[in-house]
Amino acid sequence: MNSSFHHDDGYYRYLTRNMIVSILLVSVAPLIVIAAAILYYFEISYREIALDHLKSMVREHARTVDAFLDERVANIRVLAESHSFEEFSDEQFLTNKLTKLRDSYVKSFVDLGVVNAAGIQVAYAGPFKLRRADYSDAEWFKQAVERHYYISDVFHGLRGLPHFIVAVRQVSSDGEVWILRATVDFERFNSLVQDIRMGKTGVAFILNKKGEFQTTPRRAVVSSTHVYMDFLRSEWVVPDKVTVVEEPDTSGDVCLHVMTSLKGGDWILAFRQNAKDAYAVIHSTRALAALIFVFGVMGIVLMAVVLSRKMVRRISEADLQKEMMNEQVIEAGKLASVGELAAGIAHEINNPVAIMVEEAGWIEDLLEDEDLKQCKSLDEFKRALTQINTQGKRCKQITQKLLSFARKTEPVAQNIQLNDLVEEVVALSQQRARYSNVKLISNLAPDLPTADVSPSEIQQVMLNLINNSLDALENGGGKIEVTTRLKGDRVVIDVEDDGPGIPKANLARIFDPFFTTKPVGKGTGLGLSICYGIVKKMGGEITVNSAVGVGTAFHVHIPISPLHKVEKKPAAVVPSGKIAEA
Amino acid sequence: MTGKIIHMSEQPEKREPLPKVLLVDDEVGYATILRKRLSKRNFQVTATFSGSEGIQALRKEDFDVAVVDLKMEDMDGIELLKIFKKMVPSMAVIMLTGHGSDRAAKEGIELGAFDYLSKPCELDELVAKIKLACGEGRRD
Repeated sequence: MNSSFHHDDGYYRYLTRNMIVSILLVSVAPLIVIAAAILYYFEISYREIALDHLKSMVREHARTVDAFLDERVANIRVLAESHSFEEFSDEQFLTNKLTKLRDSYVKSFVDLGVVNAAGIQVAYAGPFKLRRADYSDAEWFKQAVERHYYISDVFHGLRGLPHFIVAVRQVSSDGEVWILRATVDFERFNSLVQDIRMGKTGVAFILNKKGEFQTTPRRAVVSSTHVYMDFLRSEWVVPDKVTVVEEPDTSGDVCLHVMTSLKGGDWILAFRQNAKDAYAVIHSTRALAALIFVFGVMGIVLMAVVLSRKMVRRISEADLQKEMMNEQVIEAGKLASVGELAAGIAHEINNPVAIMVEEAGWIEDLLEDEDLKQCKSLDEFKRALTQINTQGKRCKQITQKLLSFARKTEPVAQNIQLNDLVEEVVALSQQRARYSNVKLISNLAPDLPTADVSPSEIQQVMLNLINNSLDALENGGGKIEVTTRLKGDRVVIDVEDDGPGIPKANLARIFDPFFTTKPVGKGTGLGLSICYGIVKKMGGEITVNSAVGVGTAFHVHIPISPLHKVEKKPAAVVPSGKIAEA
Repeated sequence: MTGKIIHMSEQPEKREPLPKVLLVDDEVGYATILRKRLSKRNFQVTATFSGSEGIQALRKEDFDVAVVDLKMEDMDGIELLKIFKKMVPSMAVIMLTGHGSDRAAKEGIELGAFDYLSKPCELDELVAKIKLACGEGRRD
């Protein structure tokens, strides 16, 4: 049974490790699962939201661009329908109309021209000198003649500047085809697309069917246009349909390409943004979550380590305490059997000693009767007989001590005269005191009332206190004074020494279990704590005063027997007393 | 165990009869020497070495005082005290106890013992107690 209490450091280290691992597993594992799940669903939903946002933005802008173009066509068509070819052929008239248009539509138009069926511009109003310009080979002219109206791609043309044309075909009363064309202000058109901004890397632009830029992107678009070309080929002519493609660009960064068709499928509006930039919130959330997770795990680890260590320390203390208790029980058992043995021996020795003493007495009796005046050795006989008597009495004292020790090993409360107990303990400690060069004095108040206490326990307390004082005085010698006195309804036993004293810091912890200042292996730190427990159990109190360099005084307060609260004189048993007369 | 009762009356003639003392102790050596020493101090002492011998002796004659050992092999001193008190209630009984058997001694007092002494005792003390007991007994 004893072996179960003996654990080495390895066992406690193993216990600590086990506890830490269990705590970590139980708390970190669910944390990881929950964090991962939340992050995963957050990412998915955030991606969806971000993409939806991009799509709707691109769709809105595509509508805006389409509306702009439709409006420009409508402007020119209305103008063309309201007047005849002849009227437009007058350049002054044309200039007036251009001015009006520019006033009404915030300078959307740069110039205005009238082209006859042969492709010759018969009249022109605008900043360039393009009268009589021949457009018969121009793509836009061919397209415009075929259709009712035409919006050209952006091109440099005769003027050498990027621009595009809105042309409307009309038929005059004599069946002649003529075209009213206007150049749309490129800057204004360009700003419509450039204004689409998002994040740091978002760029919007318009491409034609050949993949040529129809606007100047806000930033250089380095990536190839194959994404857009694929789009042009596959998803062609599905108005309002917005497509998103995620693909790494030449530098390796993943880019988002959001595309939709414009101008009845002739152009596409594309928006390109770095994925990292588009999903910046996801990245910052992920970083924040990682930070929180790391700190959380660190906290858990810290708590696990601290708590486990604390608990294992408690457990080891409890184990130690158990072990000590066990030893104490064994010790008490040993003491009891020693007591029984002592009692047996004392009884056995008493009889022969009594006979020896009486026989010596008998010789003395007989010597008185004999006439031995002449006997030379008479005095020597008498001395020897006295010596036998004296030594016999000494034997009696020894057996008495043994018997009283044996009788007091049982921890049962008895009505006890504390002075007797104190005297016994002091006598027991005298030997050690002499070796340590310590003067052990008892100073007992007479007529002390008795107390209902266990003699063995009081013995233990007294021995402990005196031994502590002796330990303190071991090196230098000194004086220990044990005093008994009556204070109210308590008997106070003071154990005072003039040793080195106890530092203030230790004084507060002196009754704590396992508190010891003795070297390892010398003290268990349990003595005073057990004393404290014993005295408390008796309804008493144990206090200490100490000053470094002056000495230490322990005061044990023990309540007197309830008998004395009524009558003062005890009907107690005094060794060899006369009960009959008491 | 000798089994025989030693009767001694070595004292010279006196007007008053000597106080008669019955010793009961299974420690033969102790009972014998105590008889000798008490006889020298003017007591008429009968020494017996077991409870049953003591009872036999008391059947034969009366005693003023009985000195009884508390611990004997054949009989407990308390038992013997009870028997003695039944046989001769007026006889004073002094108990000899080992140290530490206060409880038994107290029980003896309650059962009518005159007093008790712890063994080994001072002879003078025993003599004083016997004399006191005789006085009490005579007064009865």
